[in-house]
Amino acid sequence: MTVEDLRELAEKEQARQAEFKYRILYCSSAGCVSSGCDTVKNELKKAIVDLDLSKKCEIIGTGCLGLCGEGPLVIVHPDMTLYQHVDAAAARRIIEEHVGQGRKLKDNELDLNDPFFASQKKIVLENMGKINAESIEEYIAADGYEALAKALTEMVPEEVIGEIRKAGLRGRGGAGYPTGLKWDIVRKGVSDQKYVVCNADEGDPGAFMDRSVLEGDPHRVLEGMAIAGYAVGANQGFIYVRAEYPLAIDRLRTAIKQAERLGLLGNRIFESQFYFRIDIRIGAGAFVCGEETALLRSVMGRRGRPKVRPPYPSERGLWDKPTVINNVETYANVAPILRNGSAWFAEIGTQKSTGTKVFAIAGNVKRPGLIEVPMGIPLRKIVFDIGGGTPEGTQFKAAQAGGPSGGCIPTEHLDIAVDYESLQTVGAMMGSGGMIIIDNTSNMVEVAKYFSEFCMDESCGKCIPCRVGTKHIYMMLDKIIKGDATESDFELLKELCVMVKETSLCGLGQSAPNGVLSTIRFFKEEYLAKLKKSDGNVHSPQNSPVTAAKEA
Amino acid sequence: MAQGIFGFLENDLMVYIANALKLPLSRVYGVATFYHFFRLKPKGEHTFVLCTGTACYVKGANEIQKTVEHHCGCKFGETTKDNKVSLISARCVGSCGLAPVAVLDDTVAGKLTAAEAVKRIEQWQDEKKEAAA
Repeated sequence: MTVEDLRELAEKEQARQAEFKYRILYCSSAGCVSSGCDTVKNELKKAIVDLDLSKKCEIIGTGCLGLCGEGPLVIVHPDMTLYQHVDAAAARRIIEEHVGQGRKLKDNELDLNDPFFASQKKIVLENMGKINAESIEEYIAADGYEALAKALTEMVPEEVIGEIRKAGLRGRGGAGYPTGLKWDIVRKGVSDQKYVVCNADEGDPGAFMDRSVLEGDPHRVLEGMAIAGYAVGANQGFIYVRAEYPLAIDRLRTAIKQAERLGLLGNRIFESQFYFRIDIRIGAGAFVCGEETALLRSVMGRRGRPKVRPPYPSERGLWDKPTVINNVETYANVAPILRNGSAWFAEIGTQKSTGTKVFAIAGNVKRPGLIEVPMGIPLRKIVFDIGGGTPEGTQFKAAQAGGPSGGCIPTEHLDIAVDYESLQTVGAMMGSGGMIIIDNTSNMVEVAKYFSEFCMDESCGKCIPCRVGTKHIYMMLDKIIKGDATESDFELLKELCVMVKETSLCGLGQSAPNGVLSTIRFFKEEYLAKLKKSDGNVHSPQNSPVTAAKEA
Repeated sequence: MAQGIFGFLENDLMVYIANALKLPLSRVYGVATFYHFFRLKPKGEHTFVLCTGTACYVKGANEIQKTVEHHCGCKFGETTKDNKVSLISARCVGSCGLAPVAVLDDTVAGKLTAAEAVKRIEQWQDEKKEAAA
């Protein structure tokens, strides 16, 4: 395949699409699959045959349309009408009325000027609702693989890295390490073999961004990885996906096959000397494998246990070779940056945190779903304008960002800007982008207990602070909830949290107490309300910290 | 791979894998016990996977858990005595928009309530009675 071939393919596909007066795309992401989009698809197809409209419109499965709670969703092109709660009857009406007579269905129509859509800025999710998730031709027609072509034919690896650096792209997995810098280290590493790894082990409960990207636009990730491979001089890529995402694995397999068939992966890509292949590795369900060193060990078929850094994976990663490891969303940003230039990307977001971030909003919020917003957007906007606030009769209490290792952000900090640095100032973190909205029906101590239970179960057991510490944190919280704890227990809990945080080996342990610490910081009164009053009992032996620790 | 064929990893199977791959048995056993996805015991005819992710938790998954456990007479992670239903808890199935969620024999059921969960399990249990009759 040459660049000309690619353009020709794109034009051919665009011409094919132009033949249809209407293109009806239904959301085929896991959220809508569970709401019953298969029935909708079958009914749409049946109605088209019944009414003999198959030359006029086509039915396509697309990526996540965002409003997962209102599914199944259907979008009609070219007039961009979005329908919610589409059942079999509504599906038939879409064909009969909208396609047949050009009349929109008023009862199911969603307003695209609604803040939910209007406040968003889509880069990573730009193809959601536009292309068929399982067709490489449609991806190419939407400028797909154009960035890879540009990199291979017009740029040297240093220039590619330079562009990524100038764009200011930072790791979207949560830590926010500058991607260009990471790639540069790997490129400079001297080795006969280097690797590119994609971290798609999205273990945070409440997070489904990576899954949606892989399901809706898998080629974007492959393209980003191939560009990374070219930039650092690697010819082998691995995608580590969790086994809980069968649909994403399926779509990735299809996408890799399609790309290999067209020569966009494999030998002599775009007639250059560059060759690159990508393999899938399926995780077997361990949260700690989202940690990069643990993930790499898991890719090698070992037990997924983290190891001490440095050396970092960029120096000694897979089989001790220099390895680039980035998150799905990071790779998904690469192609648009090369296509549109670093200056375009750097203008979006804030100065230090450029670009956009995809969030998965869930929990007690009116409109859960998948959103993409520019960095630095106030949290209030995400919760109330986009998420629609909490359900009737309840009040917003906190937003929990960053999964079990993140922190809770209370009402008084609602105006905080959502970027890497600002979130850290309130003890939360960007994380991979899961955001759970908690309302006043939940008790924060119990929420903290839930998170500590999670971390306790998922601790790999390698280092003692994490293995024993998380267990004790959990037991102390349990004691507080049962009403058996005293103030000295509370003090001890705080001390223990700091200890676990500072002495654990990997990210899991270091961030495990965050949930507890941030709830203590902002919702201390809820803890205090559950403590036993220390009237006269302070000196009894069972209240001394030592016995409390032993009991725990 | 072996689990896909046999349904679970019994001891003999792990010994075989270790021999075939020329690895110490401890390594194979270590890997098998480390990950949630590998099972060392056979599972029941039907599986009820309850999501216990944060979103589902906030939306009341623990109520469902209690009710279902009470109904089946066993805890999550176990299989009912008649080997009919395995209760499994998952960290997050990634359908948080529809919380609380359970996966019933590979189909995702969103916005689940405790009563409905029990109803679905009863259906499975009735199947067997019908088959027996």
